[in-house]
Amino acid sequence: MKSTLVFFVLIPLLGFLVSLIIPKKKENLLSGAAYITAGSHLLFGLAYLCFWLLNGHQVIDLKSFIVYESVGYEFFIDFYFDKVTAVYLLVGSFLTFMVTTYSRYYLHRERGYKRFFNSILFFYLGYNIVIFSGNLETLFVGWEVLGIASFLLIAFYRDRYLPVKNALKVFSVYRIADVGLILAMWLSHHLWHENITFSRLSDMTAVTEHLHHHSYIGVFISLSILLAAAAKSAQMPFSYWLSRAMEGPTPSSAIFYGSLSVHLGAFLLLRTFSFWEYQPSVRIIIIVLGLMTSIIATGIARVQSSVKSQIAYSSIAQIGIIFIEIALGFEKIALFHFAGNAFLRTYQLLVSPSIVSYLIKEQFYNFTPRSITFEDTLPRKMEYSFYMLCLKEFNMDNLMSRFLWKPLKIIGSKLTFLTLKGTLYFIPSYLIGLYVVYNEKLISKNVLEWLPYLFSIIALGLVLKSFVEQKDAKLAWVLLVFNHFWLVLAISFNEHFGFDHVHLYLSGVLFFGVLGYLSILELNSLEKLNVDLIKYQGYSRNHPKLAFLFLFSCLGVSCFPITPSFIGVDLIFSHVHENQVVLIVISSFCFILTGISAIRIYARVFLGPNEKSGFINYKSS
Amino acid sequence: MKSANSSFNAKETILDLKKFLPAQAPLKDFIFHNTLKAFQDQKFHEALHAANEIFGYEVYLPLKDFRMLYDSGKINKQILEKIIVERKGDDQLQLWLNKLIKDNYKIKNQPRVGFLREKWKTDFGVDLDVQVHPLLFRIICSFLDQGISIWNFPIWHKGFLPSIREMERKSGSSFFKTKRARNLLINNYLEIEDLLKILVGDETLFKQYLFDQQFAHQGWSGMVSFIEDNPNSLIDERRIKLYDFILFELLLEIDAIDFQYGEGWLPLENKVINKPLELFSQIEYSELNELLSIWQDAYEWTYYDEVLAGINTQLPVKTENSNGKSFQALFCIDDRECSIRRFVEQLDTASETFGTPGFFNVEFFYQPQGGKFYTKLCPAPVTPKYLIKEIGLKSIKPKKDEHFLKQTHSLLRGWIISQTLGFWSAFRLFVQIFRPSMSAATATSLKHMDKFSELTIENINSDRIENNLQIGFTHEEMTQRVEGLLKSIGLVKDFAPIVYVIGHGSSSVNNPYYATMDCGACSCRPGSVNARVISYMANHPKVREALKSRGIFIPEETQFLGGLHDTGRDEMVFYDEKSLSPINHERHEKNKIVFLKSLDYNAKERSRRFESIDTKISLDRIHKKVMDRTVSLFEPRPELDHATNALCIVGRRELTAHLFLDRRAFLNSYDYKLDPQGTYLFNILKAAAPVCGGINLAYYFSRVDNKKLGAGTKLPHNVMGLFGVANGADGDLRPGIPNQMIEIHDPLRILFVVEHFPEVVLETIQKFANTYEWFINEWVNLIVVNPDTQQMFLFKDGKYSIYKPLKNTVPTAEDIMNEIESSQENLPVFILK
Repeated sequence: MKSTLVFFVLIPLLGFLVSLIIPKKKENLLSGAAYITAGSHLLFGLAYLCFWLLNGHQVIDLKSFIVYESVGYEFFIDFYFDKVTAVYLLVGSFLTFMVTTYSRYYLHRERGYKRFFNSILFFYLGYNIVIFSGNLETLFVGWEVLGIASFLLIAFYRDRYLPVKNALKVFSVYRIADVGLILAMWLSHHLWHENITFSRLSDMTAVTEHLHHHSYIGVFISLSILLAAAAKSAQMPFSYWLSRAMEGPTPSSAIFYGSLSVHLGAFLLLRTFSFWEYQPSVRIIIIVLGLMTSIIATGIARVQSSVKSQIAYSSIAQIGIIFIEIALGFEKIALFHFAGNAFLRTYQLLVSPSIVSYLIKEQFYNFTPRSITFEDTLPRKMEYSFYMLCLKEFNMDNLMSRFLWKPLKIIGSKLTFLTLKGTLYFIPSYLIGLYVVYNEKLISKNVLEWLPYLFSIIALGLVLKSFVEQKDAKLAWVLLVFNHFWLVLAISFNEHFGFDHVHLYLSGVLFFGVLGYLSILELNSLEKLNVDLIKYQGYSRNHPKLAFLFLFSCLGVSCFPITPSFIGVDLIFSHVHENQVVLIVISSFCFILTGISAIRIYARVFLGPNEKSGFINYKSS
Repeated sequence: MKSANSSFNAKETILDLKKFLPAQAPLKDFIFHNTLKAFQDQKFHEALHAANEIFGYEVYLPLKDFRMLYDSGKINKQILEKIIVERKGDDQLQLWLNKLIKDNYKIKNQPRVGFLREKWKTDFGVDLDVQVHPLLFRIICSFLDQGISIWNFPIWHKGFLPSIREMERKSGSSFFKTKRARNLLINNYLEIEDLLKILVGDETLFKQYLFDQQFAHQGWSGMVSFIEDNPNSLIDERRIKLYDFILFELLLEIDAIDFQYGEGWLPLENKVINKPLELFSQIEYSELNELLSIWQDAYEWTYYDEVLAGINTQLPVKTENSNGKSFQALFCIDDRECSIRRFVEQLDTASETFGTPGFFNVEFFYQPQGGKFYTKLCPAPVTPKYLIKEIGLKSIKPKKDEHFLKQTHSLLRGWIISQTLGFWSAFRLFVQIFRPSMSAATATSLKHMDKFSELTIENINSDRIENNLQIGFTHEEMTQRVEGLLKSIGLVKDFAPIVYVIGHGSSSVNNPYYATMDCGACSCRPGSVNARVISYMANHPKVREALKSRGIFIPEETQFLGGLHDTGRDEMVFYDEKSLSPINHERHEKNKIVFLKSLDYNAKERSRRFESIDTKISLDRIHKKVMDRTVSLFEPRPELDHATNALCIVGRRELTAHLFLDRRAFLNSYDYKLDPQGTYLFNILKAAAPVCGGINLAYYFSRVDNKKLGAGTKLPHNVMGLFGVANGADGDLRPGIPNQMIEIHDPLRILFVVEHFPEVVLETIQKFANTYEWFINEWVNLIVVNPDTQQMFLFKDGKYSIYKPLKNTVPTAEDIMNEIESSQENLPVFILK
């Protein structure tokens, strides 16, 4: 019974792998694979659920296997099953099954049929890893899978400008959510001195006892979790991403952005509830955030004149309420609300094209020129101001780019001295740094203390430059890879730890770094030019295999869970002390930007309209 | 403010813009038209080359596609050579053949439009599209919105710009990010020139700049322009001017640049080293374009030749059935009715069918019972003076679907609804996916008029007027219409006991393009009311009496009966069946069997194009599957609409009755003998050229450039304000036809085949300049068949030449069903056995 939990992850994994090897032309086989995967998952889920309910519905925790172990550190995969998982499983597999069935016909003859089902199954894999995860590390694996799958689904129409741009935008927000999780993992490692499982967290006495001594760490962990949850569930101030995610075929938008993906923030809160249950300040913050979001999102939903964004914002508003319900401790209501909201929004999105004929007909019989809404009773100035703010979505997107991305871009663009040749000079200095690590005594203690900061700032500089680089894809890539090396160097000074940790981390980076570099070289020689990053160039149209290879490298370089570096990140982070706020801030910025920058290079080079092929869409279409 | 010798005239430029912007109506009245109507004053190929050079549209299939068609035999070598020789002379044949088949050509550079405004990005580093478009689209969509938003634009009745000005004045927040643009707007006396001076500087560049700007989002601009000219195309009317829209966009552009650089920046003129070519100046010769035009002609004539050879194949005249006709049926000229007519004639050889525009010569507004508006039921350009109302129904409540309720989007009610209705949605989703059925979301022709309602067809008292419309027709008015109809199709004697008049419409769900599938001659509505109305008129004793004096004797026994063919579901309903005499009722029951069987066969013939249906399974099962498509949420292709159109044949049924035309022909019945002067022919062609030609070219351009002239794939479409679709949340409107409707279309210009004496036809088409333009500028092709000699005349450059089909004969199909089962592709012309 216990060990069968693994199958919930294995079934979608198998389905995904099978779908990868089926040839493009075989529509029936492809969608059949997805259909069988989702169908069998649903059946298995139902059977399991019955069995579980009849057997006293105990919480199940399964420590599956240890991925990596060293002194004082253990990275293991852990599965967990309780009523929260049960509800998310039921809703998720039902909707996925419905939507794969739907898409079998809907996507017929569409270019990218295979890509679509690949991405759906990949997404579903990530979803299941998340909901079955028994510790933050396992959850993080699924979380990352979801991020990439979302990127691919939003950029499904990859030869148009807007989907690619919006996919990148959503990916950036997801990346912020990732950092929330990483911070939570980092701090809880210091708090518990182990990789804590959710089942341990639900042990109240242990939690209260621990937190008693480290109350500020406890609050900080909770807020990190909240950051991750809010970004993923499109709460304020991240709400703008959800309607921008509606770029793919309607069914994929319906299921992922209408229901499953967007409710995972709520899942995270439900899962960690016992941890922050006794932190009133955190509960109040969540309630306030939920309330603010639900009110503002409702306002924005009311002014939307396009059907999908209207549904998106109403869904966000309901999730705001779900947040409140969770914070108030009404777990069951929250679960019920989640299920209802997910079903409702999925269906509304699926029938959204019908709204034209339906409402036009209704108006034909019941038209009243203009109904008075409650806003009309407000004072003019207030009415207009609020309306305009809602129409502009409270400037959320602008504020984010103004206060977060833009400053980073400005700093990055100042670093003009970083050229391909320029980076070569960094190699000797890096070697010196490395030498110093082995021979610390050469340098006075005072200096030594500052070295981690210096090196991490260099790492940040490299990745910032990579983030804004326009002229040379190669350079951007090299900087990205180098940034990992400097970061490791920085942290090596911080604490003495075995070189196996460093090797684990850097081995993956190096392998994928070289692979990515070779891919760019190959593209350069095929296209007889030096690929730049000034605009989207859509080379995946002519070089789909190379595109796939490069995407693979991007995932590797951004420490996606296909490489040992993934564990390395967690490991290296665990060597940053809990009082080194600056260092952790710099490191996590590096981490966010590495991912965004890698995917940006991929998007600029391989996605978007390919002007050389002649047939292109208007930019704004 | 303007200098005396100003080179820029805002009004004229706006008029020019309006001419070239897409002219597509809101979705509910989607009417097909020539996408490049603005170029119609030029010859087809020249116009296409110009459109390509100026606006960057793809206007032909790509060269490699033509070469593939040639290799697979779909372009005939003989015809290709003939066209080269005609254009280039004998000695050039080999040279051009090589160019056509082998040489490599580079895809041309940038179009002229967009050249200037792009400098903001390349030279200034401001991406105005990204900065301005999302907000601009959002504001204009909210202003025009027809009922999606719950909280509407706070001020709207003053028109677009005044409303925004008012809001900016009184609001505490602003659409602008900086002060200058906002202050400019609040200042009342603002003209486009003032803003262009700030942005562009040099007056001679203004026109180019505005074209660049508006063609960066031609979907929205086109919609604004259309609504300005046709405010009543929206149910909830809006006042807007393209001028105001442009002015507001210019302000947003200034705002975006100010935001990045402060107010000190210099206008664009400073970056212009070489002035761009004047947009509409002489088009450069492009050999590639010439090659493509040769390929296009060869592609078209390969098909035309086959059809003409088929028409030319003389068949032994069938001996008239001595018992007379069993029944006669009038259908719409629509290409989708081409096959059902064939089946009806095949299954009952004593029957006879006719084709005529599906409004059946009765033009009126229709008001269904309980409806608050009038619906026009005649070709779009006509403005009727009559009103027909639906009455006599007990209840008129349309079915509701809670998923479209606005309350689902409110905060607290949404909280309750999501936890109650939400679970119902899960159930509905399951049912709709595994057992699709008709629901409130389905748009269906059957609901256009209730089968059991009554209509106010007869004008009892001539002062019964409503909103300047006369309710019903007088006897004289009825007589004129019946006479006109019957004479134009050549049905003036040998009436069968029942004459069916069958309009058409369609059913679909999840389809914003539902209106395109109904009858084009009824302004994109089903033709059921018209069918019923004309039948009533033709049955009226007074009308019959009056017709006698005009030479039409309809036997008393003969009854007209209205009906509706749903082309998506392949179902038929008949109206007023109770009015049939007992003996006719009996006959009708027999005829119904013929119709039902024909519908089954028709469904089968259509199904060969659908990959998900195996054409070889039983008729019943195919028909069931075809019907399911129209109610399945997940079916983006409920029917294929006009996807196969290529011909328009105006003449007696004898011309084509022996041919299998694969649903590719508009068939208009016409008897030249009754119309020696071409009076009726004039009316037919005046309507058929723009309607059939419009449909044909809309398909043509959406097919050859689905990305710029078509709507792209339907799957990610997001409904904007109930009048248009866009991709995602921030996209431009997508006019044109979506990929799912055109993917099987062969982009051929339509060929008109008219049966009459060449002189009469020439005189007829020349009567009206607008009609003549279609023919003389070759936007449609024309062949005239001389009814006496059967000789064919090709019309080109204002004169005729004799056309002899290269093919002598076309193959004969033993059983057409075998051919239908054999292939998904277009089938060749067959002679039916």
